[in-house]
Amino acid sequence: MKGKRILTGKYFMMGNTACAEGAIAAGCELAAGYPITPATEIANRLAERFPQVGGVFLQVEDEISAIAAIIGASWTGKKVITATSGPGISLMLENIGFAVGVETPCVIVNVQRGAPTTGMPTAGVTGDMVQVKRGSHGDYEIIALCPSSPQEMFDHTVLAFNYAEKYRTPVFILSDAFVGHMREEVVIPPPEQIETVYRKLPEPGTDPTQIKGFLDEDVAPMPIFGRGFKAHVTSSCHDEYGKRNLSDVSALDHFVRKLSNKILKHKDEIIRVEKNYQDAEVVLVSYGAVSRAAAMAALRAGEEGLAVGTFRLITAWPFPEEEIEKMARKAKKIIVLENNLGQLYPYIKAAAAHYADVYFLPPRVLGEIHDPENILKKIREVIQ
Amino acid sequence: MNRTEILVGGVGGQGVILTGILLGTAATLFDGKKAVQTQAYSSEQRGGMARAEVILSSEAITDPQVRKPDILIALAEDAVIRHLKKIKPQGLLVIDSDLAQEVKPGDYQVLKVPATSMAEQEGNIVVANLIILGALIKKTGLLSVPAMEKAIEVSVPPKAKALNLNAFRRGLEFKI
Repeated sequence: MKGKRILTGKYFMMGNTACAEGAIAAGCELAAGYPITPATEIANRLAERFPQVGGVFLQVEDEISAIAAIIGASWTGKKVITATSGPGISLMLENIGFAVGVETPCVIVNVQRGAPTTGMPTAGVTGDMVQVKRGSHGDYEIIALCPSSPQEMFDHTVLAFNYAEKYRTPVFILSDAFVGHMREEVVIPPPEQIETVYRKLPEPGTDPTQIKGFLDEDVAPMPIFGRGFKAHVTSSCHDEYGKRNLSDVSALDHFVRKLSNKILKHKDEIIRVEKNYQDAEVVLVSYGAVSRAAAMAALRAGEEGLAVGTFRLITAWPFPEEEIEKMARKAKKIIVLENNLGQLYPYIKAAAAHYADVYFLPPRVLGEIHDPENILKKIREVIQ
Repeated sequence: MNRTEILVGGVGGQGVILTGILLGTAATLFDGKKAVQTQAYSSEQRGGMARAEVILSSEAITDPQVRKPDILIALAEDAVIRHLKKIKPQGLLVIDSDLAQEVKPGDYQVLKVPATSMAEQEGNIVVANLIILGALIKKTGLLSVPAMEKAIEVSVPPKAKALNLNAFRRGLEFKI
């Protein structure tokens, strides 16, 4: 191991590279993946860096194997990651549900591209915003972060690991080809300034039959393999001990509610938004790279004497419903900006429309980030 | 430095993206400025459309997309056809005049550099983009020469360092 784990310093770095460095800085020791544009640079970097710092990169035969491999490795106590794009997530969905159901910490990066199906690999379109929340079957909660720069590809990846470990759940980075392939200044802080969290484990020597290793709203300790805990990990409906129960619907109710509440009970600690809408008549709501065009539009609107604010979702999930409602009570008009045909728009509208008029604006051409001039035009139009 | 938008267009294999990376690296790491570089390319490794966008500024950069380039660098004819309509009024068009034919006059300056033939004299046509960068820096003073040279040193493989530096310096000597 001759390499430095944390490459403290200033770089002109690609978003995908910064994501890989964030994973290593967070203590990730295993990644598995299958190459796909526009996410491949993450795998390339991890494959190059892990042998230098202690860690394993597995190139597996497909994305189903990739997600299965990281779930298995997580159960041995490792921090794990996989990176792919929309087509890969589609293949992973069954096992993502499994990871949620058995409470497996893992980080899944979706560098979104033009879709549906194989679509256009190098075009950045945030078309998978709801898939990560609703793609696998059943009722469940998920955590998803939306970086808007290479620096945030680093920072959010570290945060994603911390959330995954703290809440024992899969956490998504919802990037896209535009941000993944973007290069910008990235500052990697010294190790002591990078906060890292590790999952709770049962006390050593605990009677294996007495370990409540599942379904605690305050997150059960994880009885990882190889430490003598002998847990039963089943995708079927189970109780706090991991014991199957396929006959009693109240057990199912318990299973679903406890899993969901584990996230929802802590959503105030998880949810992150960026607010800049004091005294604004119009608020631009966005996330990811689009939020940067929104900031420019708000600035120019201010120069024209228009009171325009911004609201940015850093976490798309859990959905920041209360924060949006609070904002809508103050604003008169809300314009939702997404680089898609309106994926989070219905959720935002549901939270806001009782208090303010809510409009939607896609980019002129999908795959481009909104031109601030077009946003300004829409602002003038809704103010009329 | 005010926000300056640069669009580099060409075809896969010409070093279009590297041209963008060199400008961004020089600006952020060696010239105390801010830079954002993004890119677009088709799936072909060689011969397909390639585009790099770079924004340079003294201030933090919000909107990361090039809207109306102050400077359009066309490494191939295809880039003139695709991008010339976007250039800012009184902008600067830089072309490799060996590959891009006469451009029709408009509200922009044109800097014609026979970069491919100059690169050939340096030993390899793949460094035509470095010749162009040299001529651009001489013409505009956009970034400092030492910053550009350091960026080249940290961005290209060691065995290609001399070739790239020489091509950049040759571009700096180009009579404008």
